[in-house]
Amino acid sequence: MLELQHISYDVEQDGDNKGILRDINLRIDERFVAITGPNGGGKSTLAKVIAGILTPTEGRVLLDGEDITGLDITQRARKGISFAFQQPVRFKGLTVRDLITLAAGQSIGVSEACAYLSEVGLCAKDYIGREVDASLSGGELKRIEIAMIMARGTKLSVFDEPEAGIDLWSFSNLIQVFEQLHTKINGSILIISHQERILNIADRIVVLSEGRVKEEGSREEMLPKLLGEVGGVCSALREKVR
Amino acid sequence: MDAIQKSLLEQVAQLHDVPEGAYNIRANGAKAGRNSTANIEIVSKTDKDGIDIIIKPGTRNESVHIPVVISESGLTDLVYNDFFIGEDCDVTIVAGCGIHNCGDQTSQHDGLHRFFVGKNARVRYIERHYGEGEGSGERVMNPQTVIEMEEGSYMELETTQIKGIDSTVRTTNAKLGDGATLIIHEKLMTHGDQVAKADFTVELDGENAHANVISRSVARDRSRQIFLSRINGNGRCYGHSECDAIIMDEAVVSAIPEVTANSLEASLVHEAAIGKIAGEQLIKLMTLGLTEQEAEEQIINGFLK
Repeated sequence: MLELQHISYDVEQDGDNKGILRDINLRIDERFVAITGPNGGGKSTLAKVIAGILTPTEGRVLLDGEDITGLDITQRARKGISFAFQQPVRFKGLTVRDLITLAAGQSIGVSEACAYLSEVGLCAKDYIGREVDASLSGGELKRIEIAMIMARGTKLSVFDEPEAGIDLWSFSNLIQVFEQLHTKINGSILIISHQERILNIADRIVVLSEGRVKEEGSREEMLPKLLGEVGGVCSALREKVR
Repeated sequence: MDAIQKSLLEQVAQLHDVPEGAYNIRANGAKAGRNSTANIEIVSKTDKDGIDIIIKPGTRNESVHIPVVISESGLTDLVYNDFFIGEDCDVTIVAGCGIHNCGDQTSQHDGLHRFFVGKNARVRYIERHYGEGEGSGERVMNPQTVIEMEEGSYMELETTQIKGIDSTVRTTNAKLGDGATLIIHEKLMTHGDQVAKADFTVELDGENAHANVISRSVARDRSRQIFLSRINGNGRCYGHSECDAIIMDEAVVSAIPEVTANSLEASLVHEAAIGKIAGEQLIKLMTLGLTEQEAEEQIINGFLK
C-alpha cells in the first residue's frame, strides 16, 4: 500500500517558487487506481515523485508503512515500485529480451520472455531478438514497456499516460492489455490517463488539477461527473476524457 | 606457449587449445604453431615476415585462425599476410592480436593484411585486439587491411578493440567489383589516455557494388578517437557509412564521414551521431532496480554488443 502524506513539489520560476504539487494526500491500496486531470495539473510530476525520479519539496512517501521518501530510484525499484514512462526509452544495442531479463531481475529463458510478450499481444518470435531502437513504433514500445512491468511483478506499477502518442488501433489493443492486467497482476496499478476507456477499468479515480487533489472516488461515482452527466468536475478535463 | 600467451590467445581468438582446421599462431614475433589442410594452405613468405593463406576454390564451411600474441616488453613485430580466397568459397577467418606488456618499453604489432576475394566467394573475417599488463610500456597496434573483391563476392569484416590498446591507427582500403558486397562492423572502446584512429576508404567500382561501414564506439576518461570514412561511388552502387559514438568524461571523438558520387547512378548515405548516455536511459534502467553504474555498464555493453 502506497501512502502520500502532504506531498508538495515546487520549482523555481522567474525567481519565485511555483507549486507543481500542493499538499497531496493519497492512499493507494486498490488494484487499479487512475489519476486524471487537465494538462499541467501535476499528474506526471506526482508519478515521478512516487518513482523517486523527483524528490518532493515537502511531505512523505510511505510504502507498506515504511518511509521511502529518502530512497533513490534504484532503492525504490528494489522495494517494489515499477515505472512505465509516457515516452518509452529506446536503447541502441539492447534487445527486447535484454530488457525483459533486466526487468525480471534474473536470468530467464527465451520461452518465459516470449510469454510476457505474448501477454501484451506481440508475436514474441518477431520481437524477442530485436533492438529496442527507432525501428520499433510507439505502440510496440508501449507494449514492450508493459511486458517489462509484468516481468518485474512488483507490488506497485505506475504507468504515465500509456495512451500518449499511439494510434487508435494500438490504443484499442492497449485497453485489452490493461483489462487483462487488471485481473492478472499481483499488486496495485497506478495509471495516469485521460482516456475514458482506461478510467472505465479503474477501481478508483483521482482528479488532480492545479497541483491539488480536486476530487476522488470510486469509478461509479467519478465517471458520470467526469463525463458531465452529473455536475461536471471540470470542462477542460471533460473535453480531454471525451 | 606459456600461460600468459595462452590467456591472450583465448582473449583474441576464443581459443582454449590448438584450433581445428587451418591455423597459424605467432608468438613474440615467431611461428608458434601451424597447420594446413587439404583446402587451406599456409606458407611462409620468403621475402619478408608473414604468410600466404591460399584457400582453394569451392572450399566451404572451413575456418582459418591466425592469432598473434606478444608477451615480450619492447618487442616490435611487423607482418605481411596475404589471403587468396578462391572462387565460390565460404570461409571464416579469425585473426587478432593480444599484447601483454609488464615492462616499461613499448610493445607494438603492425600488420598488413591483403585479401583477394574470388568471384562469388563469401568471407567472414573476425579481428579482435586486446591489451593487458601492469607495465608502463605502451601497447600499440596498427593494422592495415587491403581488400579486393571480385564479381559477386561478399565479405563481412568484424573488428573489435575493447580494452588495453594505448594507440592504434586502423587503416582499411577496399575495392569492390560488380555485385560485390562489403559489410564492416567496427566496435571500439577507449579509456585512460588511449588514442584510436580508424580510417576507411571504399571504392565502389563495380555495377551494383554495395558497402556498409558501421562503427560503434565508446570513449571514456581522456581518450581520443577519430573515425574517417570515405566511400566513393564510381558507378551504379550503394554505399552507407554510420558512426555512432558514446562520449564520457573528458574524452574527445571526431567523426568525419565523406561520400563522393562520381556517377549519377551512385546512391550514398552517411550518418554520424556522437553524444553522452541519455539521462532517460539511465533512469529507465534504474527503475528496473539497477544502480546508476550498473545501468551505464548495461547501456555500453549493449551498444558495443
